[in-house]
Amino acid sequence: MKRRKGTSESLMTKAGGELDDRFKLAGPARNIMNKVFPDHWSFLLGEIALFSFILLLLTGTFLALFFEPSMTHVVYDGSYVPLQGVGMSKAYESALNLSFEVRGGLIMRQMHHWATLLFMASILVHMLRIFFTGAFRAPRETNWMIGILLFWLGFFEGFIGYSLPDDGLSGTGLRIAEGMTESVPFVGPWVSAALFGGAFPGDEVIARFYIIHVFLLPLGLLALITVHVALVFVQKHTQWPGPGRTEHNVVGFRMFPNYIMKQVGFMLLIWGVITAMSGLFQINPIWLFGPYEASIVSSASQPDFYVMFMDGLIRLFPSWEFRAAPYFTLPAVFWPGIVGMGLSVMLPLLYPLLERRFAKDRGHHNLLQRPRDNPARTSLGVMVVVLWVVGVVSGGNDVFAHAFHISLNAMTWAGRIGIVVGPIVAYYLTYRICLGLQQHDREVLAHGLETGILMRDPDGRFYEVHQPLAEPDEHGHTELEYSGSWVPKKMNRVGVLEPTDRGFFKSIEEPEDNGARKGERRDEIEAGKQ
Amino acid sequence: MSAHNDDKRPDEVDLSDPKLSRFDVYREGLRRDDIEILHYEPRYAKPGSKVEKRMERIVASMFLGSGLFATLFVVAYIWWPWEYEGAATWRDPQTWYTPILGVTLGLSLLLIALAVLTWAKKLLPVEELVQDRHDGGSSPDDRRFAESTVDTVVDDMGLKRRPFLVKAALLGAAPLGLAAVAPLGGLIKDPGDMLTVTGWNAEKHNDGEPVRMMMKDGALVRPDMVATGGQITVYPAIEGGASNEFASSPTLLIRLRAQDAETLRDNLFPMYQDVDALWGDFVAYSKICTHVGCPASLYEQQSQRLLCPCHQSQFNVLDNATPVFGPAARHLPMLPLGVDDEGFFYAKSDFLVPPGPAFWNRPSLPEEDEQ
Repeated sequence: MKRRKGTSESLMTKAGGELDDRFKLAGPARNIMNKVFPDHWSFLLGEIALFSFILLLLTGTFLALFFEPSMTHVVYDGSYVPLQGVGMSKAYESALNLSFEVRGGLIMRQMHHWATLLFMASILVHMLRIFFTGAFRAPRETNWMIGILLFWLGFFEGFIGYSLPDDGLSGTGLRIAEGMTESVPFVGPWVSAALFGGAFPGDEVIARFYIIHVFLLPLGLLALITVHVALVFVQKHTQWPGPGRTEHNVVGFRMFPNYIMKQVGFMLLIWGVITAMSGLFQINPIWLFGPYEASIVSSASQPDFYVMFMDGLIRLFPSWEFRAAPYFTLPAVFWPGIVGMGLSVMLPLLYPLLERRFAKDRGHHNLLQRPRDNPARTSLGVMVVVLWVVGVVSGGNDVFAHAFHISLNAMTWAGRIGIVVGPIVAYYLTYRICLGLQQHDREVLAHGLETGILMRDPDGRFYEVHQPLAEPDEHGHTELEYSGSWVPKKMNRVGVLEPTDRGFFKSIEEPEDNGARKGERRDEIEAGKQ
Repeated sequence: MSAHNDDKRPDEVDLSDPKLSRFDVYREGLRRDDIEILHYEPRYAKPGSKVEKRMERIVASMFLGSGLFATLFVVAYIWWPWEYEGAATWRDPQTWYTPILGVTLGLSLLLIALAVLTWAKKLLPVEELVQDRHDGGSSPDDRRFAESTVDTVVDDMGLKRRPFLVKAALLGAAPLGLAAVAPLGGLIKDPGDMLTVTGWNAEKHNDGEPVRMMMKDGALVRPDMVATGGQITVYPAIEGGASNEFASSPTLLIRLRAQDAETLRDNLFPMYQDVDALWGDFVAYSKICTHVGCPASLYEQQSQRLLCPCHQSQFNVLDNATPVFGPAARHLPMLPLGVDDEGFFYAKSDFLVPPGPAFWNRPSLPEEDEQ
């Protein structure tokens, strides 16, 4: 018998019926498939982190098949000649073997590392988007907090992960972490002894880090990511203000087929980029660093980029050690390393609550804010970004000093001054810029767009012709309310000239293939031209 | 199937109506999920038009291209020579193994991604829908039901009427919680003297015999092995002395020029004068930075500074290695030096103050504050 697709007799319908008999799916499935998602490119930044994470699970599982988290001393006898006969830990040997003796092991290692960098970078950029548009406000404070926790879980997962190969560079990082741990008053030495099983480096830390890296932290990440995404789903995504968009609706397209296809496509795109990068760009060539030895270090010892701001803070902080000889010492590194990190966790975590309190804003917000419309928050955000960037640059100040022939001490002092002055200047400038942009929005709404056409009246006075956005009163004013949404600033944004192309490589405002705009050219403004 | 609706919501339809089209039923489903179609039309006005066919061909070729590259990846993975055979040039095929894997698999993923994305952006209908949010909690009824349900449960259990039972339960559960985390105590280890005693400690590591100095390869160190102005890293000449087992023992042995040695002698802290820490023009400093423990191993002969490459602390070799720049706050401890009858360097004692990063109960000496 011939079956026709799309009718009630089709095989699909039958299978669906059988499933529904058992699991009662018809209602929820319809609900999920029809769910409306708002669309904006910036809503996809967090997805990059999600897709990188999936790839991290896949590549990490491959690596775990070959990596041996053991600090047993062995003598290298692999195919990498420069290290033959060198004593090292089994962990380092198996990481070398992954790169040299395992077919395709090197690209897997590099994919794992590149995906980590992309994971952390996209979390940061996603966080900036959420922050500057006020998407963390009620009812979404919980999800913001989960996001911050995800960053810090990723931070430690990444740090512990690149410590596992037990190479010269990562061992140095571990040594610094140990110095920071020791600096904590009263418990520091005990915590350090517990972590390393005695004196640094001991022979247990890699095995401990391994179970944390492959089980505990991924479990935490997976659980939090699940809740994070589920909350976005349940609470419905925020949307930009615009025509027809209110606090009580969501305008966009359906989850199926539109959203899901874009998601799958985007995921494969991210994976493709990471894979190609991992084939073409070397990362963390551990065989060049040698095994970790407490007495060996090289210049340009930098952590991965997301740890660098911590390293920068530690470099910049002055040598303020408090000593009450011979009873008590509070090392300088305690302030940037432990207090600094603690504040970096707590302040962002609590920010939604602080803003709620200080702005006395108790409402629910489903419409996003343009950064300019909340100058205080935007300036605060830029302030933190500047602080972070100064920290990151200072984390590599020896490399900058070397590359640009600057005195190392000058770099350090520039960082010390910059990290105090920079954020303050940034706050002030951002605030002024926000106010200026706000003012310009109001100006355009009241007086219209600048046309670029200069006119001269019979008195000899020059003036610029403005294009009002609505029917003006007798003074040429329009009474348009600012709606929190985008205001056109150029004539071609209101369709007077051919639109300036928007889009990165290619226009994203292409005329419809079968639309009326194809081939049609609008008249240029002739007025004022000779 | 274009549908432009005004503010008015579409009315509920009668599902038993035999004249309903599939789309009518579908729209009723949307309506029940509080969704309204604002705009919905096929991407191409005429189905099967030339442009549409062309787009289908493009998407199809991307899918096929993806399959081609995936096949190439598998072929390369299996048959391309990959085994590392020492340093290779770009002419050797194994140099290209990883790049080829990356490019083929990457292109395969990118092409399939573009195919799916193009399908979504160029072939799916143009649509805009609006869905109601139901923000701000449940209905008053639901809240009341929930409240009464919880109250009933609380009442059934008698949580309020039986305070003693509640307290007993808490008192019983708290130790159990403690018992659950207690096994973590297996991690706890008394730090003991791990931060204060190094491999140079004769009593602990060498049966009371002074610990000699050795190089990494185990060769004992004699004064003639270091040229004037030179430095070497030395380790305690004990079992595993150069290994990470003694991570705070590595020491820099520096042979100063005669006049520099004089300067240092003049600057010497009293505690180092007392033990006569220098030997001739030789001085030995702990290599472990007093900031957070990296090896402070860059010796700048001209300015007589030691630099730690991790956080750029700088120490003045001619002044007890006191910090002159950067985040380190304490000098690198000096190892009192001697040369035994056989002409080998040895440590007269362990470091007088603990080397490496500070900790809260670090036994410090007043001399350390001298500048």
